[in-house]
Amino acid sequence: MSFADLTALTIADLQTMLRGREISPREVLEALRARIEEVDPKIGAYLSIDFDAATKEAEQADVDLPLGGVPIAIKDIINVKGQPCTCGSKILATYRSPYDATVIRKLRAAGAIPFGKTNMDEFAMGSSTENSSAKPARNPWDLSRVPGGSSGGSAAAVAADAAFGALGTDTGGSIRQPAALCGLVGVKPTYGRVSRFGLVAFASSLDQVGPLTKTARDAALVMNAIAGHDACDTTCLNEPVPDYAAALGHDLRGLRLGLPKEYMIEGIDRQVKVAIDAAIKQLQSLGAEIVDVSLPHTDYGIAVYYFLATAEASANLARFDGVRYGHRAEKPRDLLDHYGRTREEGFGQEVKRRIILGTYVLSSGYYDAYYLRAQKVRELIRHDFAKAFEKVDAIVSPTSPVPAFKLGERTADPLQMYLADIFTNTGNLAGICGISLPCGFAKIDNVQLPIGLQLLGKALDEARLFQIAHAYEQSTDWHKTRSPIAANPKSEIRDPK
Amino acid sequence: MAKSSDLDVAYVAKLARLNLTEEETRLFQKQLDDVLKYAAKLGEVDVSAVEAAAHAVPIFNVFREDEPRDWFTAEEALSNAPQQANQLFIVTKVVE
Repeated sequence: MSFADLTALTIADLQTMLRGREISPREVLEALRARIEEVDPKIGAYLSIDFDAATKEAEQADVDLPLGGVPIAIKDIINVKGQPCTCGSKILATYRSPYDATVIRKLRAAGAIPFGKTNMDEFAMGSSTENSSAKPARNPWDLSRVPGGSSGGSAAAVAADAAFGALGTDTGGSIRQPAALCGLVGVKPTYGRVSRFGLVAFASSLDQVGPLTKTARDAALVMNAIAGHDACDTTCLNEPVPDYAAALGHDLRGLRLGLPKEYMIEGIDRQVKVAIDAAIKQLQSLGAEIVDVSLPHTDYGIAVYYFLATAEASANLARFDGVRYGHRAEKPRDLLDHYGRTREEGFGQEVKRRIILGTYVLSSGYYDAYYLRAQKVRELIRHDFAKAFEKVDAIVSPTSPVPAFKLGERTADPLQMYLADIFTNTGNLAGICGISLPCGFAKIDNVQLPIGLQLLGKALDEARLFQIAHAYEQSTDWHKTRSPIAANPKSEIRDPK
Repeated sequence: MAKSSDLDVAYVAKLARLNLTEEETRLFQKQLDDVLKYAAKLGEVDVSAVEAAAHAVPIFNVFREDEPRDWFTAEEALSNAPQQANQLFIVTKVVE
């Protein structure tokens, strides 16, 4: 097997080879390194990589552990001891993590090697990875298009075979939407399923860590490693973790899948709609029953999300004051000048915009009208889902209303960018779990662009999502199609005029 | 529901301890007015019977034993400090 073929393996297949001693963890890492050096200049997926530390870990890796010897890429908002953790921001450009996040500790305990940090929208604010202060990441299916965001670097890396799997974070769709735009599986676990200790906080009532992988099985394997209670995160649920891989292989007979009528909105791309309709038929042919459900407050999701997420962000980002870590403005006149200039110099435009909106909705006189009202509508959205889940086992929708868009296409209008999350962010507001999986391709300008199917499940019902996703995946070939950059790293994707 | 024009970006920036250029102030004023106009639809919802939800999955009374454990040394805690001396953070003068 050539090095190029090696990096195309799923985590599950890689483990079979590692455990059969057909290849060593060190050889795996070297193959990955060669691949990254070849493709990353084109896709901009990584912000930092420490191959020396990773090589040492690979030499000691126990391949019989659950993820023994498997390199995993980490979104640069999760602390990995000794590594940078920039959050895609200038304000943390020189920061080095003094400790491991709990998810990293758990990955290491499972034998995985967290070797590199992936590109992202600054502080996870964005849907295209264009808000990275370092560089935009690009979509391996079409380099003129975005990989989605905010976990766009993680998605681009896996889609280019420059990572076997990656961790991302999802506050309003930041794992599922890039997974959809790059043809991958992406999981937003139930709020509280995975510890956030060591994750730099964006919106604390919404953030979750989860995997981006090539298959549902791989996602289940990573979830097995990272899920579970952590005393260091008081929002982390103290509930047993099932073996998610054991959920795979059961058929869908008797399952009821809900189709919310509110999701058939205007503005949904015609090719996306065709692919979703076909996927629903496919799920039906596998034995699932499709049931109409109603989520009447769906239309308010984006507004609720942007009030709550920005309010929480404005409070969370107050810690970037240039005192204990991060950038500090030079020669401040006084304390106000110190804060004002440190934050002006350190934050990018989208972060500033959201701090302003978040501060405003929390400010005296507006709190009730905006923040408190949004909290109440959030409760109604949560109630919508609870009611729907009385009738169905999971809910089906597109992940994103459109396939990957062009770099620069939506940057001028923040509201347009915010609408990219229209199908995903209600899942965060309700605290339930969700998964995106490949369900077809759109053809635009003669280029194939992946389309994602979203399944939403009730709280702590990830195993059900893996069961459905795996059954669907086994009956289709979408996940087997590799991106042009993965299939041929030397290919210069034609920029269609 | 407040009118979108109530937002004064320059004033809120002061509250947020965040300096903005004049150009940013103008740009954000326009963009966030648009966002607020879009979000005005929240005013249509009848929320009179609803309790606010701070968290999606309510958990109450998370306690643990108050036991000492290993944590950062002073060196580790200071390892990212912009300015430090004598195992302390150097900060901008706060009092006159």
